[in-house]
Amino acid sequence: MKKLIAAGALLALVMTGVQAKDWTTVRLSSEGAYPPFNGLAADGSLNGFDIDIGNAICAEMKAKCTWVKQDWDGMIPALMARKFDAIVASMSITAERKAKVDFTDKYYSSPLALVAKAGSTLKPEAAALAGKKIGVQRGVIADNFATKYWEKQGVKIVRYAKQDEAYADLKAGRLDAAFADYLEALGGYIDTPAGKGYAFAGERLFGKTAEEKAVIGEGIGIAIRKKDTDLKEQMNKALAALRASGKYDTIRKKYFPTTDIYGE
Amino acid sequence: MLDFAIIIDSLPDFARGTLLSLQLMALSLLAGFIAALPLAVARSSSSVLLSRSVGFYTYIFRGTPMLVQLLLIYYGLSQFEWMQRGWEEGNVVLLLFREPFFCAWLAFALNTTAYTTEIFAGVFKNTPLGEIEAGRAAGMTHFTLLRRIVIPAGLRRAIPTYSNEVILMLQGSAIASAVTLVDLTGAARYVYSRHFAPFEAFIFAGIIYMVLTFFLVGIFRFAELRWLAHLRPRS
Repeated sequence: MKKLIAAGALLALVMTGVQAKDWTTVRLSSEGAYPPFNGLAADGSLNGFDIDIGNAICAEMKAKCTWVKQDWDGMIPALMARKFDAIVASMSITAERKAKVDFTDKYYSSPLALVAKAGSTLKPEAAALAGKKIGVQRGVIADNFATKYWEKQGVKIVRYAKQDEAYADLKAGRLDAAFADYLEALGGYIDTPAGKGYAFAGERLFGKTAEEKAVIGEGIGIAIRKKDTDLKEQMNKALAALRASGKYDTIRKKYFPTTDIYGE
Repeated sequence: MLDFAIIIDSLPDFARGTLLSLQLMALSLLAGFIAALPLAVARSSSSVLLSRSVGFYTYIFRGTPMLVQLLLIYYGLSQFEWMQRGWEEGNVVLLLFREPFFCAWLAFALNTTAYTTEIFAGVFKNTPLGEIEAGRAAGMTHFTLLRRIVIPAGLRRAIPTYSNEVILMLQGSAIASAVTLVDLTGAARYVYSRHFAPFEAFIFAGIIYMVLTFFLVGIFRFAELRWLAHLRPRS
């Protein structure tokens, strides 16, 4: 009988031990192919905004963090297979991904924006764009938004397989504007030599109504396994603390001196 | 299993795409056929200069993928300053190159002209010597010989080979979606990106291509019966 109780107690201990993991070490993962958010240093280690945020969250949680480099395609499967505990790789919080994994609160936003010739008076609104040709990458959030809110209002949506092709046609003069992810457009076109003479037209688009926000997405979060609710809570708490203490802004300014990418 | 709701929901997209594919194919083939006739005569002529220069053209267009030709015409030409200036100034000819439909038609027409030229030149060269001698004996000029014997007899013999070219053009027109045209393949890609349903989108597009090919094969079988009856083995 005693043995049975002891065994039961041991079993209970083991089980609680599994359930309430105290997260002294957390294995984070990133891709290393999406600078300045996550890139690779000369020695092959990960660096960038995502990595700095991940490390800062770990420091706030008083946990020891290790990084695992993982290709984008296998990211969520590898998380499920426990190769690591969290994905800090600029992953958008979408309903589709939420079916498989859980997300922390956003750590930055990725609004949409219109790119046109510098000095253009266009605005990312259906009324201002009626009759204009707007290029988007097929199947991305900008396409979904433009299709849902603009196309029926008489805006001509031209869809490209790649974002670069839309910029090429914008430059050639086939398009009046390109519509894309704001940060992608900034780093991928406007801030590059190819994008000289081109700028954002009008305000960034975060979505005015709840419906629009659902199309644009809730922002970029850290993905974790659904059962690790305690890790999610700790990370959210750490993130809030970083925001409050100003440490978040210090990191953000290192990469985006002029743009508050956290959003509203 | 296939989600038929997605297919039914997307039928108008598929219909518009099919129509565009057929338009592109028909207009390219028409231009190719008309241009290939004189080019094939030149290609099969005894003048080395004439034959070689047409041969150079067909070599270029048969030697490079049609997708590359299309991308060069659509994205390549639009890079040039003079082209962009022409668009701003409203140059009617240059403005054509702004339209993806024109660019795709031009690329397809140049490509099919090259293949059709070689097909026709091949059959013209294979005209039985006896027929030519008979024509000459009857006092026909070189041009009359071409018009009455070489071209009509050659085109009949070209039907089976040319039918392959027509079918290949239909399949080849799938690359039109690379320059923002929403042809049948473009419609399938659009449906795929909307619903994340690759099987529904591409299998349905594939079926439409197969049905179109079936009809093309039927038309050519009829043409062979009609114009090649004399070459059928006697039963």
